[in-house]
Amino acid sequence: MKPLYDLAVIGAGPAGVAGALTASFAGLDVVLIDAAPRPGGQYFRHLPQGFNAQAPGALHHGLDGFTRQWETLRARADVLLGHKVWAVERAEGTVTVRCLEGDREERPRTVTARGLLIATGAHDRPLPFPGWDLPGVLTAGGAQALLKGNLVVAGRKVVVAGTGPFLLPVAAGLAEAGADVRGVYEANGRLGLARHPLLAAGKAGEALGYGASLARHRVPYRGRHAVIAAHGEGALTHVTVARLDSAWRPVSTRTVECDTLAYGYGFVPQLELPVQLGCATRADADGSPVVTVDGGLRTSVPGVYAAGESTGVGGAVLAEVEGRIAGRSAAADLGRRVPPLPRLSRRRDRLAAFAKALLEAYPVRPGWQGWLRDDTLVCRCEEVPLSAVREAQDLGAIDARSVKLLARPGMGWCQGRMCGYAVACLAGEDPAAPRRPIAQPIRLGDLAAPTRSPLEG
Amino acid sequence: MPDVVVIGAGVVGAACAYYAARAGLDVVVVDRGPVAGGTTGAGEGNVLVSDKEPGPELDLALLSNGLWRELAELDGFEFEAKGGLVVAETGEVLEALTGLAGKQGVEHTVVPSGGLGDYEPHLAGGFAGGVFYPQDAQVQPMLAAATLIRRGADRFGRGTLMLRTGVTVAGFLRDGDRIGGVTTDHGDILAGAVVNAAGTWGGEVAAMAGVHVPVLPRRGFILVTEPFDEPLIRHKVYTAAYVTNVASDSEGLETSAVVEGTPSGPVLIGASRERVGFDRTVSVPVLERLARQAVELFPALADRRAIRAYCGFRPYCPDHLPVIGEDPRAPGLHHACGHEGAGIGLAPATGHLIAQTLAGHRPDLDLTPFRPDRFEERR
Repeated sequence: MKPLYDLAVIGAGPAGVAGALTASFAGLDVVLIDAAPRPGGQYFRHLPQGFNAQAPGALHHGLDGFTRQWETLRARADVLLGHKVWAVERAEGTVTVRCLEGDREERPRTVTARGLLIATGAHDRPLPFPGWDLPGVLTAGGAQALLKGNLVVAGRKVVVAGTGPFLLPVAAGLAEAGADVRGVYEANGRLGLARHPLLAAGKAGEALGYGASLARHRVPYRGRHAVIAAHGEGALTHVTVARLDSAWRPVSTRTVECDTLAYGYGFVPQLELPVQLGCATRADADGSPVVTVDGGLRTSVPGVYAAGESTGVGGAVLAEVEGRIAGRSAAADLGRRVPPLPRLSRRRDRLAAFAKALLEAYPVRPGWQGWLRDDTLVCRCEEVPLSAVREAQDLGAIDARSVKLLARPGMGWCQGRMCGYAVACLAGEDPAAPRRPIAQPIRLGDLAAPTRSPLEG
Repeated sequence: MPDVVVIGAGVVGAACAYYAARAGLDVVVVDRGPVAGGTTGAGEGNVLVSDKEPGPELDLALLSNGLWRELAELDGFEFEAKGGLVVAETGEVLEALTGLAGKQGVEHTVVPSGGLGDYEPHLAGGFAGGVFYPQDAQVQPMLAAATLIRRGADRFGRGTLMLRTGVTVAGFLRDGDRIGGVTTDHGDILAGAVVNAAGTWGGEVAAMAGVHVPVLPRRGFILVTEPFDEPLIRHKVYTAAYVTNVASDSEGLETSAVVEGTPSGPVLIGASRERVGFDRTVSVPVLERLARQAVELFPALADRRAIRAYCGFRPYCPDHLPVIGEDPRAPGLHHACGHEGAGIGLAPATGHLIAQTLAGHRPDLDLTPFRPDRFEERR
């Protein structure tokens, strides 16, 4: 551990690892920090041990390359896994990263660096619907965790629903692991994938791999369909699947038996750290706030860079490219000799254009709000039903923040990470960049104590 | 044409509107944002009499305290008459504290060191004693403000009290020398009088009318813990240092945490006081100090997690008194702003007094100490 690094990188996913490695090769002293005990981020972390051997090539797409990068990085830079960052500050050209090390017995740690690369990725974007709080209903990311092997997947009757290309690897992964996947229900048209320039982005192989896997397991994949209600006494037993019109209003419904529902409506970039630093944000193609960056992935705050999903949801390949560009920028800004590499920027532009096309092909349509009943919980932490949101609006709440202040959605443990998108939609606005001065829960005793650097232990 | 336009749908504007409607006036409340979206939505909900020096602000607080108890009859928000416990670190401080309590003439009980545990079983040991103020109370400020407007409309008629959110005032209409309404981004609103209840932004509103009212922001951070199953803290608890900080002129950071439980479970710790303009950048040292003081008061809090922090901007005037009353420099314009960290507590009395002046009655309290032009001589 060093008292002052050249660059701190937060996030050990594809963007963070590539960025850290690139910066290290360019001569910077780098430290990489991640909350999880294993590297990989959302994309690689959840692949179970021994899964690679059986899975079709597409499923561990890029894992070998990532593993090689990780091993190289570990030999060249300091790596702090299991470190949750709860605050970042910047003063006089130095960034201070405040972390909590460990799980139950947390210890405060402080890392300081001259530059900061934020590669914190994104989390699932669920929508509320009647029954979404039943045991057995999982986010798509939660289903990936299920695949990790903690729970028996084989024999489970699973429905996969939501929107976006991410549903395919989830369904294929579940089917490969022995689950009985009853159907994949894509709320947008399933032609979205074929229509868009997958070939141009070199993703055809990946998409075909998932398609072949689903076909082999005889999994039906339906467009313009959604799960609009989940049912069961104490646990999930069946779901209501609706055929949708173009605004996602149900046209007809039927019942599908299942004990597990994995669903997701895209991703929410994690922005609390850049917002703490005052980085400028913008609305992405789907309305989500993302960090504004220049061609070198520099944010509006000097010495602070962002790469991966925090600059716009675009997947692992784009994230890695952005990480490399950001690592080069950080090195160049600290006076290292970094030859220009226009090829990399062109690659990023191409991938980003594809990501934008995907966001536009898989939007969230307003009709989902009609699936809700008065008693449907919008916020599960604080148990806020739709009717309470409507009452708050009736009292004069005209935006998501005032709905939150009057009815308490987003006030609980997850701080609106689960319900923030839905509440913003219900309030009739795009979600705002999250203002969370405390990015992770921290014991008051730890907050009160003077924080120690890793050196002091 | 309404009799009154109230600028600002925070708790002070809501109270002005409620009492004006009750007095038989037709009222329109406009706010550029939602109801209670400014400082009201970033406060703790303190209704305190314990922290005021004897004088006009304490008179206002006592009048308000009684009015809050009446307003609590309106269904829609909870008035928690929990009482406040002020603790003293040393015998010397305790002496000063009991001296202040005697001068205030407010209902109170002096609590010896050994008696503190009866009030707060989890309080740290070692305090010299304290003073308990049974009138100190708590409201959820956003719900209280929204409820005043809603119930006012229900009781006195929707034509009588109307809320228009998302309407930004751009200037004033004049009828000769008199203020005769406002211009907004949604058209003009003619009215017999205008109430400036724009809180921290009250100085900007006054400037649109060509008058100087020095209202400045003082930033306050509040820490919120995870919810507790069993209430750990029964009252509002704070150290005597709070009283000196409230009246302080210091530019720098001051913290003296008020710690209390809430009906929904979390413990609130706040607030700090800093003069840094409208800067929302997170200040970790401020959060650390709040946490330290809370743990010093209640050691059991050390193992509980803070899950959230928020900040707001308390509107303060150089003499730490609010501005209440009609502006002789702009007849027809009434100010009700600059309540610093006490806006929730002082709102009903402010609304009541403004309604009295609007209706041409003699106000229950002398408004001279709060007059809007009192800063002229210092300029």
